[in-house]
Amino acid sequence: MNPEEHDDIAAREHRRLRQIRHHIGVCGSSSCLTAGSEAVAAALEGQVKQRGLQASCQVGCVGCQGLCAAGPLVSVTAGSPLDGGAPAHYRKVAPDDAAAIVDALAGPPVARLLLPADLPFFARQRKIVLENAGRINPERIESYIAAGGYSALLQAITTLSPKDVIDEVTRSGLRGRGGGGYPTGLKWKTVAKADQPRKFVICNADEGDPGAYMDRQIVESDPHRLLEGMAIAGYAVGASTGYIYIRNAYALAIKRMRAAIHQAKKLGLLGQQIGDTTFSFDVELRLGAGAFVCGEETALIAAIEGRRGVPSPRPPYPSEQGLWGQPTLINNVETIANIVPIIREGGDWFAGIGLPQCAGTKVFALAGDVNNTGLVEVPMGTTLRELIFAIGDGIPEGRDFKAVQLGGPSGGCIAADGLDMSIDYDSLVAAGTIMGSGGMIVLDERSSMVEVARYFMGFCKDESCGKCIPCRVGTAQMHDLLSAIAAGQGQPADLVLLERLCDLVKHTSLCGLGQSAPNSVLSTLRSFRHEYIALIQ
Amino acid sequence: MDAATIPPPSDDKRWRIVGATLRRHGYRADALLEALHTVQGAFGYIDRQSLRYLAATLRLPLSQVYAVVSFSPSFTIQSSAASHACAICLGTACQMRGAQALLDEVAQAAGVAPGGKTEDGLVSLLTVRCLASCGMAPAGTFDGEVVGRLTAAKTLERIESWKAHES
Repeated sequence: MNPEEHDDIAAREHRRLRQIRHHIGVCGSSSCLTAGSEAVAAALEGQVKQRGLQASCQVGCVGCQGLCAAGPLVSVTAGSPLDGGAPAHYRKVAPDDAAAIVDALAGPPVARLLLPADLPFFARQRKIVLENAGRINPERIESYIAAGGYSALLQAITTLSPKDVIDEVTRSGLRGRGGGGYPTGLKWKTVAKADQPRKFVICNADEGDPGAYMDRQIVESDPHRLLEGMAIAGYAVGASTGYIYIRNAYALAIKRMRAAIHQAKKLGLLGQQIGDTTFSFDVELRLGAGAFVCGEETALIAAIEGRRGVPSPRPPYPSEQGLWGQPTLINNVETIANIVPIIREGGDWFAGIGLPQCAGTKVFALAGDVNNTGLVEVPMGTTLRELIFAIGDGIPEGRDFKAVQLGGPSGGCIAADGLDMSIDYDSLVAAGTIMGSGGMIVLDERSSMVEVARYFMGFCKDESCGKCIPCRVGTAQMHDLLSAIAAGQGQPADLVLLERLCDLVKHTSLCGLGQSAPNSVLSTLRSFRHEYIALIQ
Repeated sequence: MDAATIPPPSDDKRWRIVGATLRRHGYRADALLEALHTVQGAFGYIDRQSLRYLAATLRLPLSQVYAVVSFSPSFTIQSSAASHACAICLGTACQMRGAQALLDEVAQAAGVAPGGKTEDGLVSLLTVRCLASCGMAPAGTFDGEVVGRLTAAKTLERIESWKAHES
């Protein structure tokens, strides 16, 4: 496909959308599906048909709109959703509400279901990664193209050199969103520099952190954005094959990604000689097999190669010797989802969002004891207080905030005195936790922090691959100690032993799983030591 | 021997699906994960003869195939499946909203230990880590269907309805 054909598809889709006066978008992502959004969509379609409004009103599936707590969510947009009109959002819609919603198309919206337009949940977010989520139909490539999709790829391969692309990414200041925050431009440059003829791009979608589902929603809501980002990465580093390693439990995400790959190949946006250039890029899907450690990049590579998914020592880093010993670029889903806007708007634009040393936005899965559970995207540097109390609307039933847990099993807890801290890689590490992939669990006054530490240590113990001894034995010992303390059978000396074990496992484990496993214990010991002591005495 | 000519373990038609996966990947070693998912999906478990067949066609040591299968929670080696499966999510958000207590209560009332199945072999009670329905915590699945805002009573009701249906 060349740029003209691309523009034709976009124009056709825009025309189609503008002919329809009302667009009703029903959220088709996991959380809303669980809440019964399919039945809602069917009821709405039935009502539209019954009134003979098919020509002027379309009911369609859209991606995640974020406020999962109020699902199923339905949005109604007058005119094309791609022309920037603000949609009206309806919350907790039941099939019985369909008639009222369709009746209200001509007049004012249904007040009892309407979410206020100025709701802080929507107003205070800044959407870059999720810009298309809830706006386009994730199952139609035409919808993505009309929203500007694939023009960044065509622009990159026809007007920019690979070096220009990498410079743009470097200038943006984008850092890896998978947890560590390694500068993305630097990683790309290392792979590009390698002179082996075969290189690979891997998108890590093996989101294994319990309580985090950002990557899943990105794939479900906007799969083509990842394919486009991967192709741009392939062009920049000189790779012609990409793999998406995705958690096999993500049935809907897998289905949509398979469909997206098929559509992109059919239109020549993946495959041989993309955009009539010499650049070729293919993407294959690989289903993970449910092991948390496979999120670690060397373990992930082993799994793709058909070996047991256990990590290997680094160096050599995958950027030098990765898949089948060839230079391999591994980025996580959210990192790749940032590439398209960076190429489209420029690295300087991106660098101006968030903080100087930490540019852009971060998507969080907000869950636990908070009113507005769901998916939120905020600029780096937003405070935890704003995220939890303004966007999240605080703690249910007027209870007190106790702590927030970030980064899942690899992260730690932040107490109330850390609420005004800015969200960025360095501040979070200084506070004893990590950015992680984006899981954020709010805990209220009723939570036992020892129980939280025990829960995450149990997870690490179960998921430890067993290859290195500190992690295999250390996590089991720490879990035993925490269980004894939680059951009121701890000894004062146990705390000393626990701290020594934390130190040992953190500094001697082979991979990130073991190195970060003690974080939940260390951070709770730091801010909530009195809870441990109370249980021991 | 050419990989494509190795006969499948039986003339069960499901082997054709597995054969298609192997062919699509050119019988390369990296087809292993995909092939295992196909066998698991088609048969519900991966038995010894499947392990041997995949090892032979992909030219991999049997030990490596077994290593991958036994390492991965998504694969089951024997037929241990009950007719119905209920899985309770023990992800962080569900845990914070009482999933463990719910699981304990259900396990006791239904007379089945987590990870096991009922005496009549009808229902297995499993646990999973995160169904990505954190907004609806606690959540669980009933034969694959995700249900949110679970209570022990609601869960037991679903289990009982399976039993009533089968008897």
